[in-house]
Amino acid sequence: MKIGAPKEIFEGEARVAMTPDSALQLQKLGHQCYIQAGAGHAAGYEDPAYEKAGVTVLPSVEALVDEVDFVVKVRPPVESELALLKPGKTLISFFYPAQNGDLLEAAKATGANVIAMDMVPRISRAQKMDALSSMANISGYRAVIEAGNNFGRFFTGQVTAAGKVPPAKVLIVGAGVAGLAAIGTSTALGAITYAFDVRPEVAEQIESMGAEFVYLDFEESQTDGAATGGYAAPSSPEFREAQLKKFRELAPDMDIVITTALIPGRDAPKLWLADMVASMKRGSVVVDLAAERGGNCDLTVKDEKIVTENGVTVVGYTDFPSRMAAQSSQLYSTNIRHMMTDLTPAKDGVVNHNMEDDVIRGATVVHQGAITFPPPPPKIAAIAAQKPKEKVKELTAEEIKARDHAAFKKQTRDQILMLGIGAVVLLGVGLVAPASFMSHFIVFALSCFVGFQVIWNVSHSLHTPLMAVTNAISSIIILGALMQIGSGNFLVIVLAALSVFMAGINIFGGFMVTRRMLAMFQKS
Amino acid sequence: MEFGFTTAAYVVSAVLFILSLGGLSGQESAKRAVWYGIVGMALAVAATIVGPGKGLWILSVLLIAGGGIIGWIVAKKVQMTEMPQLVAAMHSLVGLAAVFVGYNTHITMGHVWDIIAEHHATGVLPAAYEQLSGFSKIVAHKSSVELSILKVETFLGVFIGAVTFTGSVIAFGKLAGKITSQAKKLPGGHLLNAGAALGSLVLLVIYVQGGGAWALILMTLLAFFIGYHLIMGIGGADMPVVVSMLNSYSGWAAAAIGFSLGNDLLIVTGALVGSSGAILSYIMCKAMNRSFVSVILGGFGGATGPAMEVEGEQVAIDAQGVADALNEADSVVIVPGYGMAVAQAQNAVSELTSMLRGRGKEVRFAIHPVAGRLPGHMNVLLAEARVPYDIVMEMDEINDDFPETDVVIVIGSNDIVNPAAQDDPNSPIAGMPVLEVWKAKQVFVSKRGQGTGYSGIENPLFYKENTRMFYGDAKKSLEELLHLIRM
Repeated sequence: MKIGAPKEIFEGEARVAMTPDSALQLQKLGHQCYIQAGAGHAAGYEDPAYEKAGVTVLPSVEALVDEVDFVVKVRPPVESELALLKPGKTLISFFYPAQNGDLLEAAKATGANVIAMDMVPRISRAQKMDALSSMANISGYRAVIEAGNNFGRFFTGQVTAAGKVPPAKVLIVGAGVAGLAAIGTSTALGAITYAFDVRPEVAEQIESMGAEFVYLDFEESQTDGAATGGYAAPSSPEFREAQLKKFRELAPDMDIVITTALIPGRDAPKLWLADMVASMKRGSVVVDLAAERGGNCDLTVKDEKIVTENGVTVVGYTDFPSRMAAQSSQLYSTNIRHMMTDLTPAKDGVVNHNMEDDVIRGATVVHQGAITFPPPPPKIAAIAAQKPKEKVKELTAEEIKARDHAAFKKQTRDQILMLGIGAVVLLGVGLVAPASFMSHFIVFALSCFVGFQVIWNVSHSLHTPLMAVTNAISSIIILGALMQIGSGNFLVIVLAALSVFMAGINIFGGFMVTRRMLAMFQKS
Repeated sequence: MEFGFTTAAYVVSAVLFILSLGGLSGQESAKRAVWYGIVGMALAVAATIVGPGKGLWILSVLLIAGGGIIGWIVAKKVQMTEMPQLVAAMHSLVGLAAVFVGYNTHITMGHVWDIIAEHHATGVLPAAYEQLSGFSKIVAHKSSVELSILKVETFLGVFIGAVTFTGSVIAFGKLAGKITSQAKKLPGGHLLNAGAALGSLVLLVIYVQGGGAWALILMTLLAFFIGYHLIMGIGGADMPVVVSMLNSYSGWAAAAIGFSLGNDLLIVTGALVGSSGAILSYIMCKAMNRSFVSVILGGFGGATGPAMEVEGEQVAIDAQGVADALNEADSVVIVPGYGMAVAQAQNAVSELTSMLRGRGKEVRFAIHPVAGRLPGHMNVLLAEARVPYDIVMEMDEINDDFPETDVVIVIGSNDIVNPAAQDDPNSPIAGMPVLEVWKAKQVFVSKRGQGTGYSGIENPLFYKENTRMFYGDAKKSLEELLHLIRM
């Protein structure tokens, strides 16, 4: 199949859907690659580099689309681009079918197939083609860089000869892919980072990135993100109030606020209100990653950077990935390449548009002249539902004291009980047994006691030598035989002699083998 | 007392024995501790031969020397992997000796019966008493209550000795592979044992009432049967408990004989050995999270519900794959089990260890308390193969370190690394403390085939995503591995 990437015509878009690297990989799948002249220029990939990678450079978009079977793009197509499509061709790009109903109809009318990169289902197998995540990652990183660019101070705290610099405090609202990337970047730069998300299960992820999770004092079972495919769901009005209250508390302290809260298929929720911006310090920065969808901040102006009356900069850019075009083109083209890998399972350049496949089915929005959006739910649940974790209760000092005290009391009670029973048994025996027996019995009881005290200290690794030693020692029975051997009766002598002989084996064998074993134990 | 010297020597011996057992708390002090034991024993024997055992002392010395030579040779030649059966065999000797000594007491009692009767009747010791010597003299001096007690003591000594004898013989057979190590019971199961024990009790009463030798002999036969049947009914993996239990029995037998002979050193030593064995048994049972009774009665308690379904599949790996992983790993933990002993793989393991350590990797061993067939079995095998003891860890010392471990190699162990013990409340081994190897980044299991462990339950570890099965004889597998790593 022939795959071609046209130049993006959206104003300011610098990304390109095919890089020389991805073209090489695509050719390995048996495809031929085409590119419109100058398509990669803005991202830093020049035409000769493509030619060197075996890509045919065509002068115009018309020639390109006419030549290829697969058109790969970044931005959703505009009408002039759609007009070039014909039945039998396939377009792969971001499409946002839920918001672009008209565009979807128009695409259907062309008879071409459309695969929307933003519709790739969120399952493990499809992560490699999840372009939303790879772009969000870049946005998160860039948001921190952009904030730093507009922030007049260091991120990290420093004590210098010229005075002490406090570390910047950064609040990140929404810990999706972009939020987590922003947390990582911000902590790496040395800022004290706080993060908030409506999904309690991401607290662990946030903390693993080095930020502090902002907990709400709110008693409501918040929806597990697993139920919504890993995305946030709208929250109840009460929850929203609690959330805003917390933000109001935090606002005066924060130097940088990065909001990334988006709910699939809706306008961005307003979370950072005008009064919060007003309470922030002069020189603070708000970066609103949700600007494209109305913004999380009241004051956000889409695609612009404004400075409020109290000196807070509010950044509403929507083209963060495009601002890092080389990086984002590389990742996006890799996502596309993985999509093509799944579409050509035999690696022979023949595309099998398999509508049974969860990933391909989910991403395809127009197929053979029919709209196939929305897709049926995928057969595999995206993320396993998380079991609620029981928190181990931290014991206070008093509780620990009380517990220790109780344990001590119990131990004392047990010991007294044992001693009592022992004493009663001894007394009981003493009542009936003659004194000669009792004197031996006391020896016996004391020996058992000593034995128990001593043996508990024997180290685990020496249990085998212990057995061998006790075995040798238990041949002390030889004493009995020795005492009897001289008693004159023939049968007694024979039995005693046998016993002496066997015990002799045991004594020497037991001690010898123990010595052998112990000699082997050595330190490194 | 005419044997004042002997008693003094006995006190010293008893102290030395206690020091000897106490010294086993550390590897270095243990080497000294053995000498305490040897000196204590030599002193006790010498004092007895010079003192109360003077008669026929030349015969005694010759017999000890003869037995000593045999013991010496056996101890020199025995392989470290054969240690469990050796210990079991030696227990049987102590048991049999106890039986003989008990019989002798009985015979002596009959021998001096006339004197005793006269003494009791007249209250004056007859002239014949003065001609008696040694043990018979002590017996002849006893009152009627003391005689009853003597009979009970003798009876108990013989009973415990007899059970120890046949039990140890069977344990030896099982450990040496001469008898099938599976749990086998005669029809009637433990009722037979209970019946025999009850019969022995009845015989005890008869014997004390003056029942003569036949009661003693019949009881001995019953006790032989109990020892045989009890140990036959216990499976191979429970042997650590069995051997330490027999160890304990041999001690109690010595103590009982000590009572009947009125010899305090026998009582002290028997009690020491008895409590030592009892504590070992307790430690072993606790490590398997089972009660002593359930081990002795054999088999595992019935499962309380259907076992958890095991999902996934066992994925095999070849030596090259393991070698690659080991080359990349920084920390390695090796978990040896009975399979290592069977395959005689400890030397290959040791060589692998020193090679990996030579490359700056952290290699440690994790030993479960019931790994192998004898308490501390694995430690001895690894020591024989010259693995330094300070990298050999107990379960509690190392269990928390698994999450930071790169590679775990499980060699011939199964139930002691079974996560079902923690995850599945219905599992027969639920609650048993296990080595949490599955928390490591990667686990390799060296195993002969796809069979289950001793308890006959599936091991979900083998199906985990981070587990790879390294099938084959442990020794061959490891040697192949060594060859690949050396390159």
